[in-house]
Amino acid sequence: MLSLEGVLNLPLIWYGLIAAAIFLYVLLYGFDLGLGILFPFAPTDQCRDRLMNSVAPFWDGNETWLVLGGGGLLAAFPLAYAVLMPALYIPVIVMLLGLIFRGVAFEFRFKAHGSSRRIWDYSFHIGSLSAAFMQGVIVGAVVQGIEVAGRSYAGGAFDWLNAYSVMTGVAVIFGYALLGAAWAVMKTEGETQAWARKSAAYTLGYQAFFLAAVSISMPVMNADIRELWFSLPNVFFLLPIPLVSLLLLITIWGDLHAGREVRPFLLSFGLFFTGYIGLAISMWPYIVPFSLTYRQAAAAPSSQSLLLAGTLVLLPVILAYVGYCYYVFRGKVSEDHEGAY
Amino acid sequence: MLENLDPVLLARIQFAFTISFHIVFPAFTIGLASWLAVLEWRWLRTGKAVYAEVYRMWVKIFAVTFGMGVVSGVVLSFQFGTNWSVFSDAGGNILGPLLGYEVLTAFFLEASFLGVMLFGWNRVGPRMHFAATLIVALGTLVSAFWILSANSWMQTPVGYTSGADGILYPANWLEIIFNPSFPYRFVHMVTAAYLTTAFTVAGIGAFYLFRGRHFPHARVMLGMAMIMAVFVAPLQLLLGDMHGLNTLEHQPAKVAAMEGLWETTRGAPLLLFGWPDQEAAKTRYALEIPKLSSLILTHDLNGEVRGLKEWPENERPPAALVFWTFRIMVGLGLLMIATGLIAIVLFLTKRLFNTRWFQLWCMALTPAGFISVLAGWFVTEVGRQPWIVQGLMRTDSAASPVIGTSVALSLAAFVVVYTFVFGAGSYYILKLIGQGPDTSGTDAETYGAHGMEEPPIAADMAGEKGGSYA
Repeated sequence: MLSLEGVLNLPLIWYGLIAAAIFLYVLLYGFDLGLGILFPFAPTDQCRDRLMNSVAPFWDGNETWLVLGGGGLLAAFPLAYAVLMPALYIPVIVMLLGLIFRGVAFEFRFKAHGSSRRIWDYSFHIGSLSAAFMQGVIVGAVVQGIEVAGRSYAGGAFDWLNAYSVMTGVAVIFGYALLGAAWAVMKTEGETQAWARKSAAYTLGYQAFFLAAVSISMPVMNADIRELWFSLPNVFFLLPIPLVSLLLLITIWGDLHAGREVRPFLLSFGLFFTGYIGLAISMWPYIVPFSLTYRQAAAAPSSQSLLLAGTLVLLPVILAYVGYCYYVFRGKVSEDHEGAY
Repeated sequence: MLENLDPVLLARIQFAFTISFHIVFPAFTIGLASWLAVLEWRWLRTGKAVYAEVYRMWVKIFAVTFGMGVVSGVVLSFQFGTNWSVFSDAGGNILGPLLGYEVLTAFFLEASFLGVMLFGWNRVGPRMHFAATLIVALGTLVSAFWILSANSWMQTPVGYTSGADGILYPANWLEIIFNPSFPYRFVHMVTAAYLTTAFTVAGIGAFYLFRGRHFPHARVMLGMAMIMAVFVAPLQLLLGDMHGLNTLEHQPAKVAAMEGLWETTRGAPLLLFGWPDQEAAKTRYALEIPKLSSLILTHDLNGEVRGLKEWPENERPPAALVFWTFRIMVGLGLLMIATGLIAIVLFLTKRLFNTRWFQLWCMALTPAGFISVLAGWFVTEVGRQPWIVQGLMRTDSAASPVIGTSVALSLAAFVVVYTFVFGAGSYYILKLIGQGPDTSGTDAETYGAHGMEEPPIAADMAGEKGGSYA
């Protein structure tokens, strides 16, 4: 029977892989959702066409990282999946409905004419907005802890809902909007780009505020996290994370005003990365805070081994052809062509 | 009022609703992707514009259908947890990796190259574009492979061990993946998807011929679809029969429900129609052909077929639903075979493309594939009840600890959203069908470029054979 248990620390590897898949999803679908969040604020319909065109070839692939996150969680940590999904029942369902509305808008919008096109503009916007909000709410609810009894969720239907999770929901909306605006700066020109630049600078301010709010509130709310971050010598090892975040915020701000096109997008990824690392360190070693560690929730070694063997071979291949597809559609979305088909 | 609702029943209705909606899209796109690959291959080989024009018309319909399949499929990957968390916990060790492989080997492939297929006409060379179409077609088949392996394992579980806590552990992966019902179910489903596409395409082609529009394109559609009806529809009858015999071996209660048979009988009759009455444990108003059921199932006129009374009442599937959906599936399959036979006669008498009644016949059968795919899934899924994993875990002990109100409200939301969104999708598909193929040759530019400037690489390759629409 295939098992890499003796050779590798399988639960740890899978913890890292799932975290990486979720992070890639946050980046790739984040800018995708961000465009939807900014959509109605674009100055003209032509701008909106271009925003949508810039991501139309990729949205489907980007959304696949979410399926990998969900499917991977079921495969590698079935117990965590079985506890988290009922706990987050309502936000997950609302997120899924939002994803439906924004996903179909890519296909329907260009086939609709006149006022019915408006329906899909708003379907794209509200779908993106509610999916982003619910993803933030999920993060906020999870970091506050999930109540578990035996092998099941033991809390109520609305345990996820409180002022803190609403705040993280709003934070993610602005974070994704920043990614979307930075993407638009990179992929568009002229009027659309000028508007995207302004939007990016605007959302960057909110992003800075929410990063600070989350960073301060987590240690305040949870004594263990406070201990983790502020005890010696940890504070010296961990200090670079907020410092790099601050540096990134300043650099992106400067870049946007200096007219740079590509770097703000890449540095926004960096900003998400430092935030994500900070969150991961605070949650370690829990996969369902603060009830189940990644070891307790791990699937059978043989299950983790089988999928790991495939992942090690297939993930580089996937990354290569995803990269190829981005390369095929490189460059600016044109000013001249009408994008409809 | 909502508090009194049974969460298990609601979870079942919700799952049945979302998965039934979803399966319609892949059933269509699996066949369509393969057909598009054949069309593009014909175009590259012959250089005939008609193939490219038919391709470009159907690739738009493919895009809309695929998009709807993606968004309705993402829902399912989370519903295992939201609706069936106890099942996810117990079966995750086995089913998780199968679904994980589906994502890694198929979803990324399809989703990434779909972008090239839809928007890459002027950005990659014709061979690369053909490769993208082939990859997408392959992806749909690989996806079907894994999802049917997972489903088949729930029907015929092998290669596992049971832990003391009720958790299932994998013991032999090859046995799990290639479990006894998997080869039959996989081949039967892929063939069903091909037939679904063929009859949809045939119906649209017949519609154009009936209206006297797009004659060369309609000929390609109806002609190629009839090749499938002639060769594949009879093959499906054979495959279905083999699948049925496999079910008889591993899930005899399901077959008893399909046959509406309550008493174990030697020389069992084939019931054409009737009303299986679960309470009375008999089938009322039966119209039967003596001994035929025994002949089909055991290949012996006096063979013994087990009836539903062999199982205690709480282990019998709801017979009426299984009995009737089975008859719908088989009935439509027979109509498809008849279509192929008629097509042969009309083809030999050179009337295939101008027989009005046959065009109406094909138009009437446009949804036949979809209905029979759904009916077939109802047979196999309802026929497995009351088990979620045959013989191992009952459906009523697999649900999530979620209150009925949440499930009821989300079910209502799904019904409203799906009706609106997929209703709109169907409307846009009908509009695309109404427009028909574009023969002006300019369509490709706007559709393919999708508002992006042509990079130099595509300009270089446009001169190659088959690379331009001029």
